[in-house]
Amino acid sequence: MYAVIVGGGKVGANLGRALLRMGHEVSIVEARPQRYATLESEFEHMARHGDGTEIFVLDAAGMARADVCIAVTGDDEDNIIIGQVARDHFGVENVVARVNDPRNQQHFDLLGVAPTVCATESILSLIEHEGAPALAGAPVLAEAREPGGHRDPGGGGQPGRGHPGGRPPDAPGTLVISVLRNRVGRVAAPDTVLGAGDQVVVIAEPGQDSALMELFASE
Amino acid sequence: MFVVVVGCGRVGARVARDLAEDGHDVNVIDQNAEALQRLGSDFPGEFVQGVALETTVLEAAGIKRADAFVAATNGDNTNLVIAQLARDRYLVDCVIVRVLDPARAKFYEEKGLVTVCPTRSAIDRMSQALRAFATGDEEQAA
Repeated sequence: MYAVIVGGGKVGANLGRALLRMGHEVSIVEARPQRYATLESEFEHMARHGDGTEIFVLDAAGMARADVCIAVTGDDEDNIIIGQVARDHFGVENVVARVNDPRNQQHFDLLGVAPTVCATESILSLIEHEGAPALAGAPVLAEAREPGGHRDPGGGGQPGRGHPGGRPPDAPGTLVISVLRNRVGRVAAPDTVLGAGDQVVVIAEPGQDSALMELFASE
Repeated sequence: MFVVVVGCGRVGARVARDLAEDGHDVNVIDQNAEALQRLGSDFPGEFVQGVALETTVLEAAGIKRADAFVAATNGDNTNLVIAQLARDRYLVDCVIVRVLDPARAKFYEEKGLVTVCPTRSAIDRMSQALRAFATGDEEQAA
């Protein structure tokens, strides 16, 4: 399968790594020169520099033969346009787009860009389903250590024994998606600092769970 | 008629002023409050500060009762998205969108949007002027 990923931030780069490991062919399009340079050192020719909303850039990235287009830039209007151009100009059958601001979900729906993934909404649905069997086998739900013990998020998720606080762990093969603090969910950013009592949603590759748990359990 | 103009730069502000001078009702949206100055102190319409991707902002500017909608921010993709919202969500009869990139302008023109592409216009005018010069040159030489 050939996947063109537009937007080479944390989400795009990790998707690229994961797809490559699964044996797929990947291109990652990134507009920011510095970020591109970082990607190029890891992904070499698979990283491409350019504005992924420009048709000629997508053309050069081989969008016409892509099996899937993954629009994961930090701008919702860009992701919508990328999705429309991939589908209607290049005839890509599978388009997946990231919704950064959940208030823009309705625009993706109206303009036919689907399916979409929104971290905020995903977290909220996890919270709503807390305690439900749906959580079993879902992303690892860990909780930062609270003085005097941690609260079990329950429901078959894998609660961590507590993270001492500070920056989220930067473990290979794992990605901190979001942080829930005082019932408010936020997308994890590079400068996110964890505090006691925070709940985090982390995607971990198979086999990375235990390493991640150790990080969160560090005393 | 009632017009909502998004983007109060050189283009949007001037279009808004021209239409208001013709006696039409015009409201303007821009995310930068200082852009209001481009409209002049005698501009009769309303100015709404905000991000046009937010429906609350579009609705505060009266998009629900708009006869025409102009998308003229400095972002092609923003313009293309809000123009489609105006057409498909708010069912505005006349939607005009400025797109600087000729390729995207052509693609969305084919999808039924009325696009204005200043870059395309500049290319055409320049080529036209140069061809006219080249033709005159050849005629002189002949």
